[in-house]
Amino acid sequence: MTETPANPHRLARGGRIDRSASLSFTFDGTRYHGHRGDTLASALLASGVRTVAPSIYRRRARGIVAAGVEEPNALVQLDGPCQEPMLPATTVELFDGLSARSLSGKGRLDPREDTALYDKKYVHCDVLVIGGGPAGLAAALAAGRSGARVILVDEQNELGGSLLSSRAERIDHAPASDWVASARDELTALPEVRLLTRATAVGVHDHGLVLVAERRTDHLGSTPLPGVSRQRLWHVRARQTVLATGAHERPLVFADNDRPGVMLAHAVRTYVNRYAVLPGRRAVVVTTNDSAYATAIDLVAAGVQVPVLVDARPEPPPALVAQVRAAGVEVRTGSAVVGTDGDPSLTAAWIAPLDRRGGAADATAVPCDLLAVSGGWNPVLHLFGQAQGTLRYDESLAAFVPERRPKGLVTAGAANGTCHLAGCLDEGTAAGTEAAARAGFTDDAPPARPRAQDAPPAPARALWTIPGGAGEPPTWHTHFVDLQRDATVADIHRAIGAGMRSVEHIKRYTTIGTGQDQGKTGAVVAIGAIAEALGVGSPGEVGTTTFRPPYTPVSFALLAGRDRGHLNDPVRVTPIHDWHVAHGAAFEDVGQWKRPWYYPRPDETMEAAVLRECRAAREAVAVMDASTLGKIDIQGPDAGEFLNRLYTNAFAKLKVGSCRYGVLCKADGMVFDDGVVMRLAPDRYLATTTTSGAAAVLEWMEMWLQTEWPDLRVHCTSVTEQWATVAVVGPKSRAVLAHLAPDLDLSAEAFAFMDFRETRLADGVPARIARVSFSGELAFEINVASWHGRAVWDAVMAAGAAYDITPYGTETMHVLRAEKGFIIVGQDTDGTVTPEDLGMGWVVSKRKEFVGKRSYRRPDTARPDRKHLVGLLPDDPTELLPEGAQLVADGVPTTTESGPVPMLGHVTSSYRSAVLGHTFALALVKDGRNRLGQSLQVPLVGRTVRATVTEPVFYDKEGTRRDG
Amino acid sequence: MLLIPCPWCGDRDETEFGYGGQAHVPYPEAPETLTDAEWAEYLFVRDNPEGPFTEQWVHTAGCRRWFTLVRDTTCNDILAVHRTGTTNPVHP
Repeated sequence: MTETPANPHRLARGGRIDRSASLSFTFDGTRYHGHRGDTLASALLASGVRTVAPSIYRRRARGIVAAGVEEPNALVQLDGPCQEPMLPATTVELFDGLSARSLSGKGRLDPREDTALYDKKYVHCDVLVIGGGPAGLAAALAAGRSGARVILVDEQNELGGSLLSSRAERIDHAPASDWVASARDELTALPEVRLLTRATAVGVHDHGLVLVAERRTDHLGSTPLPGVSRQRLWHVRARQTVLATGAHERPLVFADNDRPGVMLAHAVRTYVNRYAVLPGRRAVVVTTNDSAYATAIDLVAAGVQVPVLVDARPEPPPALVAQVRAAGVEVRTGSAVVGTDGDPSLTAAWIAPLDRRGGAADATAVPCDLLAVSGGWNPVLHLFGQAQGTLRYDESLAAFVPERRPKGLVTAGAANGTCHLAGCLDEGTAAGTEAAARAGFTDDAPPARPRAQDAPPAPARALWTIPGGAGEPPTWHTHFVDLQRDATVADIHRAIGAGMRSVEHIKRYTTIGTGQDQGKTGAVVAIGAIAEALGVGSPGEVGTTTFRPPYTPVSFALLAGRDRGHLNDPVRVTPIHDWHVAHGAAFEDVGQWKRPWYYPRPDETMEAAVLRECRAAREAVAVMDASTLGKIDIQGPDAGEFLNRLYTNAFAKLKVGSCRYGVLCKADGMVFDDGVVMRLAPDRYLATTTTSGAAAVLEWMEMWLQTEWPDLRVHCTSVTEQWATVAVVGPKSRAVLAHLAPDLDLSAEAFAFMDFRETRLADGVPARIARVSFSGELAFEINVASWHGRAVWDAVMAAGAAYDITPYGTETMHVLRAEKGFIIVGQDTDGTVTPEDLGMGWVVSKRKEFVGKRSYRRPDTARPDRKHLVGLLPDDPTELLPEGAQLVADGVPTTTESGPVPMLGHVTSSYRSAVLGHTFALALVKDGRNRLGQSLQVPLVGRTVRATVTEPVFYDKEGTRRDG
Repeated sequence: MLLIPCPWCGDRDETEFGYGGQAHVPYPEAPETLTDAEWAEYLFVRDNPEGPFTEQWVHTAGCRRWFTLVRDTTCNDILAVHRTGTTNPVHP
């Protein structure tokens, strides 16, 4: 590893760096040094590093262009326990031991787990100020003094914004930095004001919601700090928001404008003044506006040779020209840079008068190693655009500025197109005062507003592309518009040549603005170049592309916060869960529930376990935890009428002590949910729902009660978690129950199918036992208060031990019910299936009215050849058809060459059956009930198998087994 | 994310709510008397205005009440909130 101890490009004094803290870092394998307060970019420039990784497609040498988030070239991958890709070196604060590698436009996501903490905060405020420059600070002061709750966020490590880059600016007759310090102190002292630095507002959303990404420890190192979140996502609900987001400088588009050494003029000023770094020794400044004059003067003051300042305007403000000339800098007006020389870093700039197009002939070379360019300023209106504010093109500023402001949002300062300090301070004060007043806070004290003495700048010259070199614009392959995407003026012409006109289309065709930087330097330049290429009058006629969050990239880890791993989604378990875990159950997620899937014995496959569990249920006795079924307690004098209106079958006359299976359909007649309903009392029912449908059913019931039938005296309550349900299933279940419920007469005569009884179990636990069956076997469902669930399960296991009672999971439940042709809503139905399609016309009342009944007379729902639920028997009795497999009629070719294959339907459920001795399936098949006995093709991957259509009931069609 | 003024609980984040589509589309009094076209109109056809839209929401993760609000679909401004069955706007 090579060592470079010195910072040859560091000024002896000045800057906002802490020279007492020397930090060592490596970049692309070489060790360098910098200071606290540096960014990686400023430390590299101080060390004399001129080039970063070559460009993404054309592999051209590139250097650092900017000093902030708009940097298009200097992307790095930051090493650490979890590498961070695609960070602009201009935004990475230097820390000791930092290690980074330069990227050619593409990073690599670290496959290792990010062990750092990320968290979120949810806060409300009256006024949110985004941007801590002169306008933002003035706004925060004005709003904060009114007593409003104010949050000021700024992406930098310290407040000040553009003032951090300044040298001679003065506010209130003192150095601007003094004012920044006093503003910060005052804001810190205000009890209702919160300051967030290193915090980027990345998204403005509806109703004043602003997402702010705060980097809390990134500047301290790459190793996570225990117990401290690395980054925090603030969800700020702001009643009013002040956008004081400043402006980004635009580059100029000329031949070979991408050489290392070509930098934005204000970035040069930032490096010189804020970081005490000289990005070059001999600099040419090229501008279209007033702002770069300060760069020239500050460069001279820092000891840099500035042979010439080139202004595209024929008549720049004389005072500025005089000031620069007095500093010994030649000023060429009405001129521009038309090309560069380099090896590959910049060695000379070619300057030519502008009014002769193709001016290379008259160009003169000026040797230099730094070219500071300013093509004008773009107000940073990404957040404004996200909030659906509209923009207009301002000819005198040659920039897009706010037009229609969204509600609750005001802009101030450079974001508004106001580029002089006095104007920024005035607008900031006004915006803060206005925002606070709109939020209900007015300051009675006379406003002590900060003042500066400068005047608004003279109009800029719009200069989108600069001729130079040979050929016409369609051949300008080194006039770069978007450095990160390697896109040029020639690319824009190619897009237009291909027929694109809209800026949105040209953006996608050229990929301009789609890089990590989202075109912060390139997008508006591209709009100007498009306007020229299309020959329209102004970039305003081209318009901007859509601004979408986030303003700068945020990691998924930050968006997830603490909602990772087992905290990603709530996990619901039954009171019997621990038993299932202790007995080796494999689990299945059903909605948020963990349900036992099957209980493998040691070395037992899933297939073997399920066959064993099925056999136990059919031949002896088996037990399942059915506690997850949704349960809704429905009470009130009109409860019966209410259920009559919702279910397709009747419930009003159901006897107390009885159960009935019911189907719920939406108004379109399609099956929505199903379950057994018990009538507990004349005015009280308990409806069970599917495990995953419980919440939706309750919400839907409430909708009808509250919005359609408020006159019905009915109340619904979810009691899913109040009850534990243990299903005891199989021919020997009655014998097991006899031990458990000694007070009950369990005979088929005394306790009929679809009845339920309230009783006390042998251990005194009150229970409600229902004779319902989802397997076709004799079965009892024991419902107890959930806190008794585990004890009752243990009692069932103890009582069943003599009968070798076998616990079973959802897979066995599915097999058992499918053998009987019982549906599972959501598996055998998909929202397009009616009860009639399922062969369940019997559940649809012909006599009473219910929601959606009219739909069954619609021509499409009444069609006799809809898809029907049928059974399928594979020709090969060991062939397990995949659920979702498509079904094709016999004789239909299924090769690629034969074209589209008409599908008859698909397999909805498919299992191996212990009791049948072969595989079987349920399927939805077009006109299926009229295809019984037909052989269908089932095309699978690489082969086609066959299956025969059957009735959907495979086992005990007569229902002889349910009474035991 | 919308900030929805539940008429019973006050301002809450949108994630607490369920959406119920256009409000004031009553279930037909006598569905069996409707033509297929009229029934299809009830089932499938809803307004899709650019501007104020009266819609139903339910505070699923709160009071479980359904209510109506008037939302400007162009900017999501909530113009009025009503408890179900009432016509006076609520300002919680």
